[in-house]
Amino acid sequence: MKKILLAATAALALVPMSFGASASEKVEFPKEKWSFSGNFGKFDRMQLQRGLQVYKEVCASCHSLKYVAFRNLEALGYSEDQVKAFAAEYEFPTLDDEGSEIKRKGLPSDHFPSPYPNEKFARASNNGALPPDLSLMTKAREHGPDYVFHLLTGYDEPPQGMTVMDGMHYNKYFADGNFQIAMAKQINDDQVTYADGTKATADQISRDITAFLHWAAEPKLEVRNSTGLRVMIYMVIFTILAYFLKRRIWARLEK
Amino acid sequence: MANMAPAHTPESTGADGETRRDFLLHTTVAFGAVGTAMAVWPLISSMNPAADTLALSTTEFNLGGLQEGQAVTIVWRGKPVFVRYRTPAEIEAARNTPMNDLVEPAKDEDRVKKGKEKYLILVGVCTHLGCIPLGTKAMDARGDFGGWFCPCHGSHYDTSGRIRKGPAPENLKVPPYQFLDDTTVRIG
Amino acid sequence: MSTEKSVWRRAFEWHEARLPLVSFIDNSVGSKYPAPKNLNYFWNFGSLAGFMLVTMILTGIFLAMNYTPHKDMAFDSVERIMRDVNFGWLIRYMHANGASFFFIVVYIHIFRGLYYGSYKAPREVLWWMGILIFLAMMATAFMGYVLPWGQMSFWGATVITNLFSALPIIGEPIVTFLWGGFGVDNPTLNRFFSLHYLLPFVIVGLVVFHIWALHIPGSNNPLGIEAAPADKIPFHPYYTAKDAFGLGVFLLVYFAIVFWYPNILGDPLNYVVANPLVTPTHIVPEWYFLPFYAILRAIPDKLLGVLAMFGAILVLFVLPWLDTSRVRSANFRPWFRVFFWLFFINGLVLGWCGSQLPEGLPLVLGRVCTFYYFFFFFVIMPVVGWMETPKPLPASISSPVMKAAE
Repeated sequence: MKKILLAATAALALVPMSFGASASEKVEFPKEKWSFSGNFGKFDRMQLQRGLQVYKEVCASCHSLKYVAFRNLEALGYSEDQVKAFAAEYEFPTLDDEGSEIKRKGLPSDHFPSPYPNEKFARASNNGALPPDLSLMTKAREHGPDYVFHLLTGYDEPPQGMTVMDGMHYNKYFADGNFQIAMAKQINDDQVTYADGTKATADQISRDITAFLHWAAEPKLEVRNSTGLRVMIYMVIFTILAYFLKRRIWARLEK
Repeated sequence: MANMAPAHTPESTGADGETRRDFLLHTTVAFGAVGTAMAVWPLISSMNPAADTLALSTTEFNLGGLQEGQAVTIVWRGKPVFVRYRTPAEIEAARNTPMNDLVEPAKDEDRVKKGKEKYLILVGVCTHLGCIPLGTKAMDARGDFGGWFCPCHGSHYDTSGRIRKGPAPENLKVPPYQFLDDTTVRIG
Repeated sequence: MSTEKSVWRRAFEWHEARLPLVSFIDNSVGSKYPAPKNLNYFWNFGSLAGFMLVTMILTGIFLAMNYTPHKDMAFDSVERIMRDVNFGWLIRYMHANGASFFFIVVYIHIFRGLYYGSYKAPREVLWWMGILIFLAMMATAFMGYVLPWGQMSFWGATVITNLFSALPIIGEPIVTFLWGGFGVDNPTLNRFFSLHYLLPFVIVGLVVFHIWALHIPGSNNPLGIEAAPADKIPFHPYYTAKDAFGLGVFLLVYFAIVFWYPNILGDPLNYVVANPLVTPTHIVPEWYFLPFYAILRAIPDKLLGVLAMFGAILVLFVLPWLDTSRVRSANFRPWFRVFFWLFFINGLVLGWCGSQLPEGLPLVLGRVCTFYYFFFFFVIMPVVGWMETPKPLPASISSPVMKAAE
């Protein structure tokens, strides 16, 4: 028994090892409450719709979202026709019958296009910095959604004595870049006007875009959580059954 | 092995204990079997068409730009689809064909949608060995029956896409389609 | 008389007479395989390892139906699996976390062998088969981690393949040969995919030898003494039932991670596509490689570091001869027990060191623990085995119980 406990402790001890020491761990990241946190978390559809609006109006001019297809937006509560109309607002290059390039309207099967034709163009438009694709951003950083949220709201006056380089901005959560980030502060109060009338404070906007980006990174989050619950219930029942069966069979040895 | 402690001894305990153990055994095994099936299902299901494949399973086409007598080729599920705006003469020729003349008898009325008989929509794959028949473009050969002509082995299709002459055994297939409005058709 | 048996029974017996599959299984893991009756739950981990091997192969085959091993499409194909393929997210998370759980189970299985002296005569070749399986697992896992072509995939591959350049004269040509080019690139990815698909089946073959080698002497037991036939019980139904229960407990943990914490053992940076021009500040292998990574970095010389890292595993081959004790089980070896647990904690600390930048405390500790690692095998094992007075062994497996009953 003692040995089993020791083994279990050892196994658990391995978990923090996987985090490694990255620069962002030196910064305190206050944990935020998200509707999708925990084993029973769910996305708030209205929040995702607001987040989509924020992406389109604020972020999409520089950041691509390549792994999200327009048809995926039905998960946000939009109908097939709304998604078709949304997609049709975009244009994609195609060839006509003579092989010349023409434009066609977007289809639900298309993915969000990149704002730039290639990386060089993107860098040239952004002082040499490359705005990363956002499809996986909340999974690609330590602390996930908390990191993204705090980064967006982490712009501040640099501390005494710190020189911020030309074209860079001080952000107290961007430890990977020594707290100087190429992206200027993007989110201010009333930057967007929400269709559902929600008050668009900078904090609210930042939360909404973060939630949307986490959906973009983990669209299967809800079905994963719910399937997990059903599987765990099954496993508990099975293990209990197997335990009593094992006991019964081994009882034969007691004679 | 002969000196081993007993293995299966279902008769060694009383009838009551035996029933309980059998029930427990059967329940556990059944539960385990169900669990195994539930575990295998996602693997099998992953082989079904994925979401991105299904998204491309229908194609919509705007017929508004099509002139009478004109035809275009569009792509549906990776295959060519002929869309022809037939002239009244072509429709009449298709309607007046005796069934006995046809390799695979089929009425033209059954191959188009009511009220939209002028539009003929066919999968552009020859039913012989899979080549794409000519007859869509203005300058293409149309064969002896004014429809399509397959250059690979000389199959002739008429203005309803039915095989009339040559080695093809069946008429050009009509894909599932519906008109969303007067000028938009969804194929698939 | 011949109509007594059903047609199914007769068909079955006809086939069995020509290819005795069922009786083969019955003799190897069934009612005809005798096992000591006192095996504790640490003996469950072998069957758990077998279960994980099957799980990894099954999930891997179905992932391979949708994965593209080209550097421009690999990362995208994995995201397609996560988003578009039916249950793709589940198969992927089971495979990625399955690797971790496969190693957890095998590490416990190995430590069981170390504690109870399962590596000692006459089970030396059984132990060797195990080490070969472990090596093949590490190669498989290493190559598998490259396939998603994330930042850690690429840079982990770059760091580890570069190690071979430490070998004098043949080092550089070997690395170019491994890469198929002048750095980790598309040829490397493609061949890693091929070998990653192949090696698990080599592991299956090694597992067959492993079980075969086990069945000659039969299983060890917690007391480490030979089990008399009267102290043995048929594997089925006793250990099949116990293994089923153990599997249930194990799967509770495995599925909790797969469904609720699927990224907790992984590195977030692997969700960034590989960029040969941007090196991550902190290249970390997956947790199961960390102790060996720490040993590698503990030695300041590149070649010696590589030799130490491989030596740490190769030393296991000579373990049966390094340990001079006549007694198998650490239950009866009070001194050895202490050093064993120190070795275990040493492994954990080494793992932590491997996850940190090699400077300051992690580097110092890494060196101390690397020293202890080899000291344990080359000094403690022979010396303690020779000097220790073991506790008296029971006469038989049943006798401790009988003594208490008196």
